Amino acid sequence: MTLKTRLIPCLDVKDGRVVKGVQFVDLVDAGDPVAAAIAYDTAGADELCFLDITASHEGRDTIFDVVARTAEHCFMPVTVGGGVRSIEDIRKLLLSGADKVAINSAAVSDPDFIARAADKFGNQCIVVSVDAKQRLSQAPGGDNRSEWEIFTHGGRNPTGLDAVEFAAHMVERGAGELLVTSMDRDGTKSGFDIKLIRAITDTVNVPVVASGGVGTLDHLVEGVREGHASAVLAASIFHFGTFTIPQAKQHLHDHGIAVRMDRAAP
Amino acid sequence: MSQVAIIDYGSGNLRSAAKAFERQAAMLDHPPEIIVTADPDIVRRADRIVLPGVGAFADCRAGLHNVTGMVEVLRTRVLDQAVPFLGICVGMQLLASEGREKTVTAGLGWIPGAVVPLASTDPALKIPHMGWNTLQIVQPHPLLAGVPDGETGLHAYFVHSYHLQTESADTLIAATKYGGTVTAAVGRDNIFGTQFHPEKSQALGLTLISNFLGWAP
Repeated sequence: MTLKTRLIPCLDVKDGRVVKGVQFVDLVDAGDPVAAAIAYDTAGADELCFLDITASHEGRDTIFDVVARTAEHCFMPVTVGGGVRSIEDIRKLLLSGADKVAINSAAVSDPDFIARAADKFGNQCIVVSVDAKQRLSQAPGGDNRSEWEIFTHGGRNPTGLDAVEFAAHMVERGAGELLVTSMDRDGTKSGFDIKLIRAITDTVNVPVVASGGVGTLDHLVEGVREGHASAVLAASIFHFGTFTIPQAKQHLHDHGIAVRMDRAAP
Repeated sequence: MSQVAIIDYGSGNLRSAAKAFERQAAMLDHPPEIIVTADPDIVRRADRIVLPGVGAFADCRAGLHNVTGMVEVLRTRVLDQAVPFLGICVGMQLLASEGREKTVTAGLGWIPGAVVPLASTDPALKIPHMGWNTLQIVQPHPLLAGVPDGETGLHAYFVHSYHLQTESADTLIAATKYGGTVTAAVGRDNIFGTQFHPEKSQALGLTLISNFLGWAP
């Protein structure tokens, strides 16, 4: 018996609709996140991630409805990230049916928020999004800083924080999992930033989800083999129908990585 | 109409648990009503009882005790009247004699044993044990009927850093491996508990829930 490497499709949701569109053969409404979630569930995804990129405050409530409707049909773990800023935000998402919440900007501006959230809801449901970019030049702060800096607000705002130190700090505060995204690689299809992923997986003792840059199935293998990630996340290769979940799992399996290949629910 | 009570004592999200039970109940000739409740009187009348739970052992224990009369009703129905009972995750851990998470806290004591940290000999092993793992069924049990185990078996979804180490081998029903041996399911008589989340475990979990709804211990 072996804990399996998780394969996690991610859906970007804005005002209750999937942003990039999802190409499934028999999906009637490609913009409906719940329909996409059900399709991923049926295809054997191990977990699902919703990233809410809704800008307006009014539009934010739509994600609760999306999560609630997903929970009625999908009996798999669901993580929701984007705009999670308060204990009340977390409570509402969990009550809607989310299993985990991913926190980014609020973790940077108030690290103690992670401690309060983990105390309240348990470490198992608190994921910290580590959004990192390679430094342009060696920043002041000495030789023991890593090559990466933490960014917030979808990669727009630099924070000056060292990515590996930040990751370790968040685990100390109570994060039960880290979602590590290379903002340099995100959307490029050129593969994970393996050095970044590895620097963090070698430092922390919680599971790490590798994210940002997947364009081929070999990239998924690299994330596990070289990055030592516990889970690999991808968006566009699945949305645009380049590869299916079963193809990705078969590829991981063919490369000696233990994955779950159960039949669908009765 | 018979009733299944899912106890709501402020520990986490019960929507997916309720939906999973409703889905499997609807497949029966006489579907039971699934009720999420914090009312001991409803639990007193229920034909089956489910105790979920996420978070820390001591918090869950305190939450359960804060519902006036709930623990007493549970004792009467489960221990005296032998109503089928299913504990999930920390709801299963609460069956132990005590929990040793942060501090030592007394449990319900229905399954003698202690809730202890996952012991790992491998420092590279990540904690929590989070994700999908297969089971080793140690003793055949009606709730695991139709669940293939071993390396090629179905997977269950786990997310935990502690597990229930049973005092007696008789109450260990299923195990899994993560570093060392990890308790996956415990039981005796009309009492059953899973460390994994049946409501998140797709085929395996839904099979177990159907088995529970038809269980006549």
